[in-house]
Amino acid sequence: MSIDPIHQFNIENLFKIGQFGDHAIYFTNSSAYMFLTVAIVSLLMIAGSAKRQLVPGRFQSMAEISYEFVTSTIRSTAGAEGMKFFPLIFSLFMFICVSNLVGIIPYTFTLSSHLIITAALALLVFFTVLIYGVYKNGLKFFKLFVPSGVPIYILPLVVFIEVFSFFLRPVSHSVRLFANMLAGHIALKVFAGFVALLGVSLGAIGWIGGVAPLALTVAIYALEILVAFLQAYVFAILTCIYLNDALHPGH
Amino acid sequence: MDPAAAKLIGAGIACIGMGGAGVGVGVIFGNYLAAAVRNPSAAQGQFGNLIFGFAVTEALGIFSLLIALLLLFVSL
Repeated sequence: MSIDPIHQFNIENLFKIGQFGDHAIYFTNSSAYMFLTVAIVSLLMIAGSAKRQLVPGRFQSMAEISYEFVTSTIRSTAGAEGMKFFPLIFSLFMFICVSNLVGIIPYTFTLSSHLIITAALALLVFFTVLIYGVYKNGLKFFKLFVPSGVPIYILPLVVFIEVFSFFLRPVSHSVRLFANMLAGHIALKVFAGFVALLGVSLGAIGWIGGVAPLALTVAIYALEILVAFLQAYVFAILTCIYLNDALHPGH
Repeated sequence: MDPAAAKLIGAGIACIGMGGAGVGVGVIFGNYLAAAVRNPSAAQGQFGNLIFGFAVTEALGIFSLLIALLLLFVSL
């Protein structure tokens, strides 16, 4: 008997929607979960803003809490001007948060455990920062790479490091979310697999001893719920910090 | 050496890098807590910085974990 902890990340083709050259384009389970995530977020927001009571009900307070949470994050990191980007950051936060929380349910598919999806989101943020920064500040945007007050003889080195780290941002931005979700889900499956392995190999003693890895699985599961939310928050706050560079360049 | 064995040993060695990230995250949260106990009123305003520092530090550990996962699960 063997454990296959990465089977859960399989992409399955559901039905074909088109042909691009030699390449068939399929509607996959990944696409289906994307639709599900967007539907949940939309339903939450529509149900939350439908009644608009003075004393909010369940849905309305959830919508209000998420709105105020993202607003305070943007205001504290990118200033009042950052509110221009509220729709972008709010969509990113809600999409990642809901898809992570859906993915934590057993037997579901986790969207953010695929690098292509997080990389697409991170590149969207990267190009938004780059294009908006150049559009708003012109060539002054490139002062971002030249910190003030650095002695002239180490300036080339500092500029090189700043440019390099700027272009590495989408890499670390996407890999952080992807690897966190991937590693968390693999750890869950590996520990859950220990229960079955113990029972099959040791019989009755094994099934009793399996309580230990089962308890650990429950503990890791609780941690994963925290991580699912925290990584969405980290993604949103890093987006705010990068946008802050485009809004206020120069150190 | 058997390539499969070398892969497993490499994955184990790659995970050592996570120790550094562990130290870094500990330093960040420890210093935040020490500062928050001294001046609780200023703590709330630094929460964003805390999470930013945590995310940047943690990323480096995650990179080494990623190398280990690639060695374990991706057939080259």
